[in-house]
Amino acid sequence: MTDIAIDHVPGKRSIPFVQEGLGALTIIALGAVGCFLFPDDLALLTRLIGISFLVLSLDLVTGYCGIATLGHAAQFGVAAYAVGIACVRGVTDPVALLAIGIVAGTLMGLISGALIARFRGLPQLVLSIAVGQLVAALANKLQWLTGGSDGLSGILPGKVFGIYSFDMYSRTAFLFSLATLVVVFVALSRFVRSPFGLLCRGIKDDDLRAKMIGVAVYPRLVIMYGVAGAVAGVGGALTAISTGVVGLDSVGFERSAEVLVMLVLGGAGHLWGALAGALIFQIFEHIVSAANPFHWMTLVGLLLILIVVFAPRGLIEPVLMLVRRRAGKGRPS
Amino acid sequence: MPAAPLEINGLCAGYGPTLIIEDISFSVKAGDRLAVLGRNGMGKTTLLATLMGLSTRHDGQIKIGEQDITDRRTSTRADLGIGYVPQTRDIFASLTVEENLRTGLKGRPVAALHEAYEMFPRLRERRRNYGMQLSGGEQQMLSMARTLLGKPSILLLDEPLEGLAPVICDELMALLVQLAASKEVTIILVEQQIERALDFADSVMVMERGRTSWAGRPEVLIADRALVDRLVGVGIH
Repeated sequence: MTDIAIDHVPGKRSIPFVQEGLGALTIIALGAVGCFLFPDDLALLTRLIGISFLVLSLDLVTGYCGIATLGHAAQFGVAAYAVGIACVRGVTDPVALLAIGIVAGTLMGLISGALIARFRGLPQLVLSIAVGQLVAALANKLQWLTGGSDGLSGILPGKVFGIYSFDMYSRTAFLFSLATLVVVFVALSRFVRSPFGLLCRGIKDDDLRAKMIGVAVYPRLVIMYGVAGAVAGVGGALTAISTGVVGLDSVGFERSAEVLVMLVLGGAGHLWGALAGALIFQIFEHIVSAANPFHWMTLVGLLLILIVVFAPRGLIEPVLMLVRRRAGKGRPS
Repeated sequence: MPAAPLEINGLCAGYGPTLIIEDISFSVKAGDRLAVLGRNGMGKTTLLATLMGLSTRHDGQIKIGEQDITDRRTSTRADLGIGYVPQTRDIFASLTVEENLRTGLKGRPVAALHEAYEMFPRLRERRRNYGMQLSGGEQQMLSMARTLLGKPSILLLDEPLEGLAPVICDELMALLVQLAASKEVTIILVEQQIERALDFADSVMVMERGRTSWAGRPEVLIADRALVDRLVGVGIH
């Protein structure tokens, strides 16, 4: 084929890393606001960040690849258990524990992906539930290793970089989690806009179309599952490190269903949507459950119905529409 | 990739057990252009789909140069240099024009997008619009530009002019003529606009009920309107 390009006409180019920089600053600002609003609840905020990783991870496979899953907590839970077990057996460096969580999450992601990505639709959903339930059952059965229904306790991580110890007010845990979130979010922002990420979105649109332009669909989905596993693994590791306990709830079906609800609430297919869904759902849950311990689930249910009816593509969609409209001004389209 | 010759021997294919095309054989030299004509439902689209590995092959062989690709997967065929612009355009609706183009780069640098914008300046104007926001003509341009960015050695075009305004058809055909003149891609064009197809091609195959009913030089058909009418059911105006 001939090269038809003759003149290089530069288009409007975005400055590299501006989006990522803005994203990082926004997360840091949100963290500062959280510290200011809930100074006595840093443990809650740390837990909230840990779950945010799981929602981001789910967004990669569900929002970006269109994979239906209700067993995603398996990757989070396996990583949390791996970190807990390693810590109890003497690995106490938080960064090393984080790495263990990433490796465990990635492996679990690749195994799950290899099974689940072979199918589409309902069989895929059922298989994802089966994988999740299998991991939960194993965690329960292997009591000598995981603590079974009593949970795995005695996780006492060392100092971060040998300097900052985990205090009872969760200051270190919060800052460590926030810093990790910034790094992971920036990396994911680049990743989802890479050719690999774009092709995953193409696969979600129509996998046959993707095949026609030379995309090997299955391997890509498995790799994406591995990446999602790594992100979920970070969340699992941080949760284990910050709470000092890993329970069966970390791999349970309820956790998988809950993070799916968070993703739908925020808006699937957008990293900001995943993050917003995780934050809003958990803060709303915290406030409402404190205000009304008996009927808070009813209120959460009502919120979800309202969101699905009035913003079916998630809370982030109206915001993005506004941004696009503003960005479109003065630009031919 | 440089243009590659294509050789088809005794190809029988369809969807599942249903046979649509039977015993099709032809060859196209590297850099040549073949027009596949025929009435609706004669198996032209199935032929291209089979070349791309999207239908069920029952028998026969497909070769690119010396390489037998008969049992290769669709994605592998695309990697080996077959570019397919289907009738349905098949762009990614939830990606922007630029993102759609980037999916076709196949490892080439992002700067190569300018090739697409030079081919179709309208795509530059629409680069931030989503696939679903484009008109039919723009979708066709995008589909073609995305395929060409991958530097195919064989280009399969399934009714690229269908439903487009005459001015857009002229634009697309001008581009195809330019591509064909370069001799750097082998083109197989399925088209219902007979006159344009005959002007473009250097060999023609007419299909009827899944089989080849006529094959030869386009000049023969251009000179014999009655023959065109008998084979394809429409005259040249």
